[in-house]
Amino acid sequence: MADKLHFDLVSPERRVFAGQVDQVVVPGEEGDFGVLPDHAPFMSVIRPGAIAVMNDGSVERTFIHGGFAEVTPAGLTILAEEAVPVSEIDADKLAQDLANAREDVAVAKSEEEREHAEGLVEKYEAMQAVLAN
Amino acid sequence: MASLKDLKNRIESVKSTQKITKAMQMVAAAKLRRAQEAAEAARPYAERMSAVMANLSAAMAGTPGASPLLVGTGRAETHLLVVMTADRGLCGGFNTNIVKKARERITALQAEGKTVKLICVGKKGGDQLKRQFANLIVERIELSGEKTITSATSGRIGEKIRIMFENGEFDVCELVSAEFVSVISQKPRAKVLIPAIDAIDEGVERPDLKGAIYEAEPDEETILNTLLPRYADTVILSALLENVAGEMGAKMAAMDNATRNAGELIDKLNLVYNRTRQAQITTELTEIISGAEAL
Repeated sequence: MADKLHFDLVSPERRVFAGQVDQVVVPGEEGDFGVLPDHAPFMSVIRPGAIAVMNDGSVERTFIHGGFAEVTPAGLTILAEEAVPVSEIDADKLAQDLANAREDVAVAKSEEEREHAEGLVEKYEAMQAVLAN
Repeated sequence: MASLKDLKNRIESVKSTQKITKAMQMVAAAKLRRAQEAAEAARPYAERMSAVMANLSAAMAGTPGASPLLVGTGRAETHLLVVMTADRGLCGGFNTNIVKKARERITALQAEGKTVKLICVGKKGGDQLKRQFANLIVERIELSGEKTITSATSGRIGEKIRIMFENGEFDVCELVSAEFVSVISQKPRAKVLIPAIDAIDEGVERPDLKGAIYEAEPDEETILNTLLPRYADTVILSALLENVAGEMGAKMAAMDNATRNAGELIDKLNLVYNRTRQAQITTELTEIISGAEAL
């Protein structure tokens, strides 16, 4: 059995995933990258998208948003502001949320509100892109 | 001398108070467990974040382009104290202790000739500080609207602080909150939030890279700049969560005390009640017997 990679996925509220896996593909700011065991130390900002965790032939995809990945000899750690398994995303609800967020951008009264709503639109669009794949 | 009826009423009222405090204690115990779990669950994120920050900031601090969030404005004239208390009372000295700590800091800073501004998170702290430092309070944030504390809550507070910082409204930001030592012990403490370089614990465990160096994408500065605001939010979140756990712990202890005191009071009152009742019977008997003898 080949070496496994230790992978931690943590969000501010809880540890979403911790365990040994074969490979993780992470959407980095400047392009996706795969992490295998014994990867060189590396850190990257993450763009909203799905990480793919490959283990024993199965692939599990999780949508993450706003975060940061760090590879050390001890393994891979992803700090994500939000992590949702792709299988749990509801396409209809997402479309609804996206429409609402777009509306919020249009009717936002203050700069702050508009920025907040734009952030949401971006996030939901990224989620939709993930679903489409 | 109180009449029998009065005593009886008194006992009843103490009994119902005891029931209430008992119920509050149990509610606090249940909430404490949940709050502790939440605080526990948030710890890995905060730890990893601190480790990464410690790594990056060591490399970045000396460079001229370093973000003011990290190295500060270079001045220390205006201090912003974020005082975190509970929204509710009936939790022993919990709120008072935090306010006391805040008051000490304010007085010390003012004695040094610094300007102090206050953000009060939680209703009780604001109420207590208002008496003495009403003119220093710039913002009051209440948490009673939130059912649970999430990263959205801390994000909101962090956002406010960052906007103030960007507008140059303060140089140094400190958090005053309760450290959750154990269920029965909460220690108020003041912790620096901005500049972040002073906030990073020296004791943070750094990953052993076995001689290799980090490769960063896009580059260290960009990473640090995206991380810094998040780092502040994380610190605020863990402080908030610890505070809730502390509040519940203090409330549990306070209500346990109250329940016990009520029990003691009931025992005492019962004794007085019985004594009075017997005295009354004796008096009545004496009256009847002496009446019969007189015939």
